[in-house]
Amino acid sequence: MQKFKSNQKLYIGAFITGIMLLLALTGTVFTPYDPNAMDTTAKFGSISLKHIMGCDNFGRDIFSRVLAGLSTTMSVAMGTVLIGIFFGTLIGAFTGYFGGMPDEILMRINDAVLAFPSLLLALVFISIMGPGKFNVTIALGILFIPGFARIMRGEFLRCKNLDYVQSARLMGASDLRIMFVHILPNTLQVMLSTVAIGFNNAVLAEAGMSFLGIGVQPPDSSLGRMLSEAQTYLFIKPGYAIVTGMTIALLILGFAMLSEGLEKNA
Amino acid sequence: MKYIGKKLATMLITVLIVTMLVFLAFRVIPGDPVSNMLGTSATEEKVANLREQLGLNRPLPVRYIEWVRDFFFGDMGKSYTYGMSVKSMLASKIPITITLTVMSFILVVLISIPLGIYCAKHEDKWYSKAIDVINQITMSVPSFFVGMIITYIFGLVLRWFRPGAFVNYKTSVVGFLGYLIFPAISIALPKAAMTVKLLKSSVLKEGKLDYVRTAYSRGNSTDQVLYKHVFKNALIPVITFLGVTLADMVAGSIIVEQVFSIPGLGRLLITSISTRDYPVAQAIIAIIACIVIFINFMVDILYKVIDPRISK
Repeated sequence: MQKFKSNQKLYIGAFITGIMLLLALTGTVFTPYDPNAMDTTAKFGSISLKHIMGCDNFGRDIFSRVLAGLSTTMSVAMGTVLIGIFFGTLIGAFTGYFGGMPDEILMRINDAVLAFPSLLLALVFISIMGPGKFNVTIALGILFIPGFARIMRGEFLRCKNLDYVQSARLMGASDLRIMFVHILPNTLQVMLSTVAIGFNNAVLAEAGMSFLGIGVQPPDSSLGRMLSEAQTYLFIKPGYAIVTGMTIALLILGFAMLSEGLEKNA
Repeated sequence: MKYIGKKLATMLITVLIVTMLVFLAFRVIPGDPVSNMLGTSATEEKVANLREQLGLNRPLPVRYIEWVRDFFFGDMGKSYTYGMSVKSMLASKIPITITLTVMSFILVVLISIPLGIYCAKHEDKWYSKAIDVINQITMSVPSFFVGMIITYIFGLVLRWFRPGAFVNYKTSVVGFLGYLIFPAISIALPKAAMTVKLLKSSVLKEGKLDYVRTAYSRGNSTDQVLYKHVFKNALIPVITFLGVTLADMVAGSIIVEQVFSIPGLGRLLITSISTRDYPVAQAIIAIIACIVIFINFMVDILYKVIDPRISK
């Protein structure tokens, strides 16, 4: 408990992330206006009680669009991290626990992939599979596997010769049982902080790709896409860009602080 | 020497694997470039002719070997969309992207190394803590949003540059560099913030080690200990990070080029991906990949220079 008290980053990170999650959840079920409904009378409408963040070039309510975009971005990030952590843990567990030749080979491939800017790889994937919310999630998810696998492998490698594993082995527990019942729960701290940083990277990647127009496609709204729309009207309505950009930045800030806090706590 | 040889071999193998993957990736893409070029109403004969002409009929391994050979001799095929040679299309773009990346990298080093050391030295002061907070926030702002903020403040409000009015280096080198400085800052700021943080924690960590105490006990001043002993050791993790960052910035410039309408490799890549102009997309990705692999190789060599203990 003492550790938690001095860990400001964890608190602030959890607070920001919590609010963002809440907003994203709200965005999936309720937005004040239809995020795609256009109102020609409200083009570039300024901040008012009706539209708390004003309106965009088509007269769409910016706050509703931010909520919807936030939930799209979050769901892409969630899918990405789930794919990454699931397969990453599986690969990491087997390579770390058993070692040997498969470990060598997989880790070399891992190194090659990790040495590569993920944006570039994502672009290759998207040019093969085509853009869209689903494809972006799959592409990013696959790209995240090596990173997760490396960290989880380290954890399994560290734990496999500890006393509790030895005694479980003496009691006749099978390898699979040791890996997933005994070791896995002990990797939770590290896994959580990795997941948080994974969210951070996923949000950044999705926003970047949608910004370039090769990520999430309309009618799905996404923060990155909105930011690229906002750029066209930067002079007329800078508020649009600021609100959208700040939302992305806050998401990333929240996850980064959460991850650091968890790491410190471990 | 043996170390360099080993790293060189690794680099070549990686280049081979990566070019193979890039080549294969562009072969499994759904959608036929031929029907794209001729439209849906083309006769079968026409389609067959064009396939023959583009060499799409031969077996994959043959096409790969030919492609790699031609690629390294500078022949990257013809653009499907423009019918121009890819080489001539890329020739004018590569210097732009490389200049942008190098400028951003220099900025990262110039900002982060002095600031990181300064923060570590004055760790307990309030301003060091204030810099920490600013750092944490700067880190979280994606480069393309920084780019938009810079465009708004310096381009639209203060009018220090005209957004979108890119000056080619052939017209005016000064104008070219002057225009690129703003996108370079956008790429550099978030990366510099990360580097400051890493360098600070690395210096502080080294400062707790025994050799530092010994150095102090021999009558060295703080500055002497810091610059003669700690700095060099603290730099090792930072160099790894800067290597990854440089590689990342090559790719990151793709997005920032879009923000500032810079006609570099990135913009061409995005266009070629959306128009399915594979020879162009493939060549650009292969070039960026090779640059990245080369950077990684140089980082490995640099390690050895800084830390002779590394042998493997």
